[in-house]
Amino acid sequence: MIHPWLPNLKSKDRILSEMGINEEKLFSDIPHEIRLKGELNLPKVMSELEIKRKLNMLKEKNVKLKYPPFIGGGVCPHYVHEAVKFLISRSEFYTAYTPYQPEISQGILQALYEYQSIMAELLEMDVVNSSMYDWGSSLAEAVLMGFRINGRRKVIIPELINPNHEKVLRTWVEPRGINLIKVKPSNDGTIDVHDLLNKVGDDISSIYIQQPNFYGIFEKNIEEIVDIAKKKRIVTIMGVNPLALSLIKPPGVYDVDIAVGEGQELGLPLNFGGPYMGIMAVRWDAKLVRQMPGRIVGKTLDDKKRPGYTLILQTREQFARREKATSNITTNEALMAIANAVYLSLLGKNGFKELGEEIYRRSHYAAKRFIELGASKKFEGDFFEEFAVSFRKSYEKIHNKLLEHEIHGGLRLNEMDALFCVTEVHSKEAIDELVSIVGEI
Amino acid sequence: MWRQAKWDEPIIFELNTSGTERQGVLIPKEEELSQIDINLPDYLRRNEVNLPELTENEVVRHFVRLSQMSYGVDVGMMPLGSCTMKYNPKIEEASQVITEEYHPLQDEKTVQGTLEMMYEIQEWLKEVTGMDACSLQVPAGSAGELAGVLMIKKYHNETGNVKDEMLVADTAHGTNPASASMAGFKVIYIRSNKEGLVDTELLKATAGERTAGFMLTNPNTLGLFEENIADIAKVIHEHNGILYYDGANLNGILGIVRPGDMGFDVVHLNLHKTFGVPHGGGGPGAGAICAKGKMVDYLPYPLIEKSETFYAAIPKKSIGKLTSFHGNIGNVARAYVYILGLGKEGVSQIGKMSTLATNYLIYALKDTKLELMSPERPRKHEVVFSAKRIADETGVTAFDIAKALLDDGFYAPTIYFPPIVEEALMIEPTETESIETIRSFANSLKRILDEAYRNPEKLRDSPYNTAVGRLDQARANHPASVTPSYRIERKRRESKNDLILK
Repeated sequence: MIHPWLPNLKSKDRILSEMGINEEKLFSDIPHEIRLKGELNLPKVMSELEIKRKLNMLKEKNVKLKYPPFIGGGVCPHYVHEAVKFLISRSEFYTAYTPYQPEISQGILQALYEYQSIMAELLEMDVVNSSMYDWGSSLAEAVLMGFRINGRRKVIIPELINPNHEKVLRTWVEPRGINLIKVKPSNDGTIDVHDLLNKVGDDISSIYIQQPNFYGIFEKNIEEIVDIAKKKRIVTIMGVNPLALSLIKPPGVYDVDIAVGEGQELGLPLNFGGPYMGIMAVRWDAKLVRQMPGRIVGKTLDDKKRPGYTLILQTREQFARREKATSNITTNEALMAIANAVYLSLLGKNGFKELGEEIYRRSHYAAKRFIELGASKKFEGDFFEEFAVSFRKSYEKIHNKLLEHEIHGGLRLNEMDALFCVTEVHSKEAIDELVSIVGEI
Repeated sequence: MWRQAKWDEPIIFELNTSGTERQGVLIPKEEELSQIDINLPDYLRRNEVNLPELTENEVVRHFVRLSQMSYGVDVGMMPLGSCTMKYNPKIEEASQVITEEYHPLQDEKTVQGTLEMMYEIQEWLKEVTGMDACSLQVPAGSAGELAGVLMIKKYHNETGNVKDEMLVADTAHGTNPASASMAGFKVIYIRSNKEGLVDTELLKATAGERTAGFMLTNPNTLGLFEENIADIAKVIHEHNGILYYDGANLNGILGIVRPGDMGFDVVHLNLHKTFGVPHGGGGPGAGAICAKGKMVDYLPYPLIEKSETFYAAIPKKSIGKLTSFHGNIGNVARAYVYILGLGKEGVSQIGKMSTLATNYLIYALKDTKLELMSPERPRKHEVVFSAKRIADETGVTAFDIAKALLDDGFYAPTIYFPPIVEEALMIEPTETESIETIRSFANSLKRILDEAYRNPEKLRDSPYNTAVGRLDQARANHPASVTPSYRIERKRRESKNDLILK
C-alpha cells in the first residue's frame, strides 16, 4: 500500500532492518489473546475526489433552504466575513497546539491576549480566559466556581434560562449535590424580584441572570438582584449574548462576579452544534481569578526586556494541580476565540453598533408583522434578536407549510408557540415571505 | 539556519494612532426599516463599546504577521508527547459543507445527510474501540473523561453501590484526577512499578468495596503497553468497579488491539489526536465517549440512531449533556473525512507506523546520555527520556534542551511529564513524520546534548532564533505585575496606585 498521509509505509522493512529487529518485536508486549483478529470493518480507502463526491452526496440529503433558518435558541445564523475565515485558516494558527513554548508561539499568544482584551472591553470586565467549550459548559463551570468559593449547594436560576444551557448545568453540577432553584418570571418575562427575595437565603451559593433571557427579553432589575446577592455573599453570574452588548449595558457595569456567554454570534458558523466558543470573565479579584478554570494569556517581558506573551496562573490547571485543579479543561476553543477577535476588530466600534441596531430593527419588524397577522407575543418585554410568538394554529402545521416553501421557521416551543431568530442574514424580503406564508395558513 | 519572523507588532488597540474612524466591513442595511426606533431605557442603553477602528487591510496584515510568529504542524514537526500532533490533511476542510450552515435545532428531516455522517462515524468508532455505542457529545478529551466518570457515578448510585473512590495510575494525564474530582470522587493513586507499569499487586491491595473505577491509559504515558491489562480488568471487575480507558494514547495501538477487547467498559477518544483533526492552537477539538454492555444506557445524548430515517436518541439512563447542542460536529466531520481518506487499509497501519516511528527515534538516540526506564521494552506512540544525567553533569535541564530545539526550527517535546520521570522529555513523532524528518530531529537533539558538555551557558540562554527570548514568568504571574488584558495595562498606565491582584 502507498498512502499520501503515511510516508514510511514503503520503507518499513528497510527501517526495521536498519534497527535489526522485526515488526513483531515492537508488539511483543501485547498478549496474543487480546489482539484484534481479522480486519477492521471500515470503508475502503478513498481518494480526495471520491471523498468530495461522498460529501456532496450527504449534502444533497440535507434540505436546501432558501434563507438561513429563522432559528436561534442560543446560537444564531450570522454572516461570517471572508477575512475571518481566511485568517483562522492560516496554517500556523489552525495546526498549532496550546502554546506551551511561548518563544516560538508569540503570535498565537498575542492573538489570544487580544481576544481576552477585546472581550474584556465588550464585557467591561478585567479578566477573561482564552475560551471554554460553549455557553452551557461555561455556566456549569461558573456555578462550580461559586461552590468552591462559598461551599454552599443551592443555586438560583431564572425559569426563562435557555433550556439547552440548563441541561448542561444539571449534568455537570447535580452529581456534586448542588440543587437548582428556579425563580418565576413576571408578566413581562423578566425575573420576578419578589419571588427571588422569597428564595434568597444564606444557603444560596450563586444567582444566575441571563441577559437577554431565552425569549430574547431584556432583564431590567439586574442592579437590584446583584444588590440582594451581595448582601448575602452570594456569587453573581451573568450570562450574556455578546452581540446584544452592542446596545445594552455589559455585565461589568453591574459589578457581577462572573460573566459567561456564547461567542458563536461573533463570527462563527452554526457548525451543527459546534465548535462554539464559551466566554468566561471575572472581576479583578484574586479569589475569583484563582478559582477560574481555563487558560489565561498574560503580557510580560523577555530576557531583553521586550514585551512578550505567555500562559499565566497555570497553577490552577490540571497538569500542575491534578485533582486539586480548578477544572479538567485542557483542549478549549482557542481558534474560535481568535475568530471572535478578528470579527470584532473588523466590525470596530461603529460596525458593531450598526450590526446590533440592524438586528434589533429586523427582529422587531418580523415580530410586528406576526402580530399584524393576529399572533401574539408571549411576553411584553422588549427583546433582541429572538422573540416568542403564540399562534392561533398548531405550530407544527405552520412549520411544515414553511418547509414546503424551503423556509425553516422558528423553534417549536409547544403546541402553538415558537421562538424566532432574526438577524442581519434575513433580508426584509425573506421576512416578508416568511410572514406571508404563515398568513396563508 | 532557521529564523522565525520577528515583527514588532503592536497590540491591535494601538494600530490606529490617527484617532479617526475606520471600519473593516460594511453592515447590510434595510433602508425601509431604518425608521424603527430603538428606544432603550437609560438603565439598559449602552453608548459605546471600546473596539479597535481599523480597515480590512490593517486587520488582515496584523493577524498574518501574528501567524508568522506562530508554529503549527504545517510549519514543522511538533513532537509533543501525548498530544499526537499528526499532519492534518487539507481535504478535511471539504467536510464543512455538511456542517457549517446547519443549525443544531433544525428539524431532523432537513439534516438527514449530516445525521448520516454522525451515525456512520459512530459505527466506525465502535469498530476501532471494540465498544457497543459511541456518543459524539463531548467537545474534547477532558469533557469525555468527565462524561465517563459521571456515567460511573450514576451507574453505582442506581445500583445502590456505595463507591466514592476513583483509582488513577501515577503516570496518568493530569486530566484523569481532575475529572474524577469534578465528579466528586476521592482520587487514589496507584504507584507504578520499577518497569513503569501498573503495580498489579499494589492494585489488588488497594482496590476494594469503595472502588468506583480505575482510569487508565494504555499504552501509558511512558509509551509502554500495560501487558497485564487482563489481570487489571479482572481485579477492577471483581470489585464491581468500572474500567475507564483514557483514549489520548490510542494512536500507538490503533488497528492492533482494541480497548473493548482489553476489558475496558467506558472509553473516550480524542478525535483531534487519533483522527487527525487540527488542534487550532489549543482547540477546538472533538471527542467521543463510548461504552460497552450495561454502561451504554448512561451515555450522554444525543446518540444518532437509524430506523427509516436518522434521528437523535436519548439513552435510557443518560447522564445528560456536556455541551449545549450535539458536540463539536464541525470537527467530527473532519475526523470523518480523515477516516474515509485512510480507509480500513490505512487505519490498520496507524498503530504500526506510529510505533515504528517512536522506536526508530529511540534507536537513533541510543548512544546518547538520555536515559530510558525499562530500555528493553518497546515503546508505542511515544517515549519518555530522562535528561537527569545531563542535568547533573552539565546543569543543562530538560527545559533548556526544549528551548534549544526551538532554535533548530522544531517544536519542543512535552517536558517534566509524567512526574515519575525526572527531567522528562516526552516525545511523540507520530506516523506522519517521514524517516528523514525523524533522523534530522534526532541529529538536532544529539547536537544539543553535545553542546551541553561543551558550552552549557549558551544553551541556558536559548532560544535565540525565535520571535522573543525567554520570558519573565515571575513578572507574568506576580500579583503586582500580572497583566491578563489590555484593560489592565491601560488602568495601570492611568492609575497612580499600583493595581495589585488581591
